[in-house]
Amino acid sequence: MAAAKLQTAPVGEATDSPALGLATLFRVVFVRDLQVGLRRWTDASNAALFFILVVTLFPLALSPRAEVLRMIAPGVIWIAALLATLLSLHLLFRADLEDGTLEQLFNLPYPLGWMLLAKTLAHWVITGLPVVLMAPVLAITYHLPASALGVLTFSLLLGTPTLSLLGSIGAALTAGLRGAGVLLAFIVAPLMLPVLMLGARATDLALAGENVTGPLYLMAALLVLAISLVPVVAAGAIRISAD
Amino acid sequence: MLFNRPSGRILESGVLAGAELTLWRGTTFLFEELSFAVPSGTALLVEGPNGAGKTSLLRVIAGLTLPESGTITWRGGDFQEQIRAGRLRMAFSGHALALKPELSTRANLEFFARLAGLQEMVGETLALTGLRDCADLEVRQLSAGQKRRAALARILLSRAELWLLDEPQTNLDAAGRQAVEAAIRNHLGQGGTVVVAAHQTLDLGSASVSHLRLGDA
Repeated sequence: MAAAKLQTAPVGEATDSPALGLATLFRVVFVRDLQVGLRRWTDASNAALFFILVVTLFPLALSPRAEVLRMIAPGVIWIAALLATLLSLHLLFRADLEDGTLEQLFNLPYPLGWMLLAKTLAHWVITGLPVVLMAPVLAITYHLPASALGVLTFSLLLGTPTLSLLGSIGAALTAGLRGAGVLLAFIVAPLMLPVLMLGARATDLALAGENVTGPLYLMAALLVLAISLVPVVAAGAIRISAD
Repeated sequence: MLFNRPSGRILESGVLAGAELTLWRGTTFLFEELSFAVPSGTALLVEGPNGAGKTSLLRVIAGLTLPESGTITWRGGDFQEQIRAGRLRMAFSGHALALKPELSTRANLEFFARLAGLQEMVGETLALTGLRDCADLEVRQLSAGQKRRAALARILLSRAELWLLDEPQTNLDAAGRQAVEAAIRNHLGQGGTVVVAAHQTLDLGSASVSHLRLGDA
């Protein structure tokens, strides 16, 4: 090793502006988390497999009759999506806390909440998006008509990112705790209830052939609200966990 | 330059200063009313037996652990405020090396280099830290010493003025230890400031070094 020739990078001037703009920062953090998440394939696929399992068990235990299945489909699929989200949440910040990545992110000249938002979105792409994509396929086995499939998928597309965001608060609070899975679920599940009710309701309305814009608008509003407020809360919570 | 006395008065100002820091661990004080000041371009060596609170002191400086009382200042202003305002860049190297085992050494370093705007220096830094041959290996395949070298490379790519290094020579061979010392000397020569927690004495040449002994004060 050429120790004598070792040159370090220039020391930043005190007035330096941060190297990256917010959009680039978001992309850099998002892409890295995506790369790491996809290589932890067994962790990433757990949520999707759990979703399939729960959804396929209901017809076996209840009744295979088409009208029964159609009636329970919105609720079953939405509950399964919520449970799948809860199951994967403990992975959101755990590894970053244990390997020291979070410590590094704390002291950068960038807003921590913004980076956590990028991480949460990457987490959703890996664990939530497969659930959204599989939902219409599984819904067909529940004899859901094509008209309701679109609404179901769209409601999940609007709702599951909100679930992941709300969950990130609990994940940030419990990242430093051992065996916090159930505690995490109890913290965030109450926050998730409005999304669950609106999502299942929208699909129900579509099944009945009624206007679905009301619940979908409300879900969109909840998503916007979560995007704007959750990062601030999660950033505060994760600093406590890292102490 | 350095004071560790109950009065806690800072007699000489430094660029980095801690005033009357107190930290509990369980029912005992790790340190009580500890004060220090580090002028820019100098190194502070934090020494002491295992469990004396070296790591805790570094984490308190970095803002990762809140002390029971006391303040950390940088150029006279609150340390954390200076970081948030972008007036201070700090590089912290703790026990956790912030390396993702699934990614290659190069990918790991590129992430932090991009955050500092130094992505074009990654290859050069990998060579300087002796990691050229394992740049494309996943970090999980590296030895403990190679991982520690990667952590040093991350510090070099941080463009930080203040370095906080916790046992930077752990697991390193002789060449690696010399590289750490050379990096610190170089950084001090550029007017940087370094706080090191270490068991063994570092050979920092003519650089101005002060010592802070914890645990038996």
